Amino acid sequence: MSFIAILSIFVMACFVGYYVVWSVTPALHTPLMAVTNAISSVIIVGALVAAAAGGSVSSKWLGLFAVVLASINIFGGFAVTERMLAMYRKKER
Amino acid sequence: MHEAIDMPAWVGIAYLVAGVCFILALRGLSSPATARRGNRLGIFGMGVAVATTLLTHDVASLPEILIAIAIGGGIGLFTAKKIAMTDMPQLVAGFHSLVGLAAVLVAAAAYLNPVAFGIAEVVRTGIAYTMPDGTTYAGGMVQTFIPPASRIEMGLGVAIGAITFSGSIIAFLKLAGKMSGKPIMLPGRHVINLSLLAAIVGLVGYFTIDQSAWVFWTITALSFVIGFLLIVPIGGADMPVVVSMLNSYSGWAAAAMGFTLGNTAMIITGALVGSSGAILSYIMCRAMNRSFISVIAGGFGGDAAAGSAAAATDRPWKRGSAEDAAFLMQQAEQVIIVPGYGMAVAQAQHALREMGDLLKKEGVRVKYAIHPVAGRMPGHMNVLLAEANVPYDDVFELEDINGEFAQTDVAFVIGANDVTNPAAKTDKTSPIYGMPVLDVEKAKTVLFVKRSMGGVGYAGVDNSVFYMDNTMMLLADAKKMVDDIVKAMAH
Repeated sequence: MSFIAILSIFVMACFVGYYVVWSVTPALHTPLMAVTNAISSVIIVGALVAAAAGGSVSSKWLGLFAVVLASINIFGGFAVTERMLAMYRKKER
Repeated sequence: MHEAIDMPAWVGIAYLVAGVCFILALRGLSSPATARRGNRLGIFGMGVAVATTLLTHDVASLPEILIAIAIGGGIGLFTAKKIAMTDMPQLVAGFHSLVGLAAVLVAAAAYLNPVAFGIAEVVRTGIAYTMPDGTTYAGGMVQTFIPPASRIEMGLGVAIGAITFSGSIIAFLKLAGKMSGKPIMLPGRHVINLSLLAAIVGLVGYFTIDQSAWVFWTITALSFVIGFLLIVPIGGADMPVVVSMLNSYSGWAAAAMGFTLGNTAMIITGALVGSSGAILSYIMCRAMNRSFISVIAGGFGGDAAAGSAAAATDRPWKRGSAEDAAFLMQQAEQVIIVPGYGMAVAQAQHALREMGDLLKKEGVRVKYAIHPVAGRMPGHMNVLLAEANVPYDDVFELEDINGEFAQTDVAFVIGANDVTNPAAKTDKTSPIYGMPVLDVEKAKTVLFVKRSMGGVGYAGVDNSVFYMDNTMMLLADAKKMVDDIVKAMAH
């Protein structure tokens, strides 16, 4: 992909992020931080590329360590978000 | 910027699907009713991204990778299950530090093995060879040449990642109480920070003409140091801004690595998370009427207003008992509860809900008023109340409930202080002047739960609400006081 194509995706995504995040209700700002944490660990993609590749032993181990860290975040982030969201309930009538 | 191999079209589409799932995950959070579905979409998107990566690369070490995921996943799930809701701010800060460190590691791996990331041109030279950037290599060597654009992305990724990591570690230590929440001021810190920042920017620029290892590692080391120095002088009350800001940085770090890999899912996610954190920082700053720069400059909550606080404690005030409080609230038509960080520290949310239930049984309307910066992270109070089973339609944001205090019999302030201080509206010399506050003083009676009269809020400002005729101070630990009120109500 060309740099301009990638940059366009990035800029558009910033705008999408802007509007989506303003629509998040303030009561859910803590789950928002937890879930953004989990999804920013999509950096695991880079970690997997490094861990999967041959060619450099140090790069592979850095990658594997990054996979561990990102996995903590992914599993922990989504699970704690799920746990928090399960607590929000409407008034029983 | 360049794909490793020519990928089939479905790969790009799969990463795009993952990115869209992440957008929908955030979109779901517009209401508690749709939030859980959003979270599951997020999980699905992550699954798609990971599976696509594993399927499209020659995986030389699948068992090791699966073990790494299992170890990380186990730690993550265990932590998520065990963590107390009051500890959420430090958990989030801790998680941010992991994203930051992961970004540093990925950037380092990309630097050491650029061929795997598809960003290098391998040059075999039988004779001495001069690179387009002017570097000359001796003959007979195999060299990898990383294009300058990728070097900028890598340099930015490693710098932002390292700042996120060390900054979040400090935020974590402060929030977990393992380090003093007081701002720690180094002499000349602005000069140090600005020169460090300039050095990092300069080195990232220099990295484009010289891909030597020392440049990369110096950028990394300086970024670790500046992350540490940036957060150390920031006080506890400003932590909501800091946590949001680090949230934002973790996103930008992921985006930078997304540029390196040319990966749509990473770029979309990085942009989403980056803007999310930036917006939250903005909301928090606005709720304190402070500029982002002044928060980052640090030092707030030191001894700025110690003089006025000391002078004011001689003024007369009234002390009430749990029985008085119980009686007053049971006679009321409407009670508004204003929780703050003190409620979280005392773990009083469950007792508070019990008190609310008893009042409702007596026909009293009970509402909760949340100031945006109450607590240590955005939405902190809402999560704690939700944990205690308070229905979310009883919980109101500042602008939705502030008009109601004038028609309210009792405002019950528990563990909050600065967010109720009328000086923010009237006293131009006050450090919190201009900050939007909850108008508790307009209620017929104010019950103010506080540990002692001596301490002032984080801003170090005295609160005139303490000394009003219609205020009754309930001096005790928040949880003990609410428990006593519940007992008194039951009689």
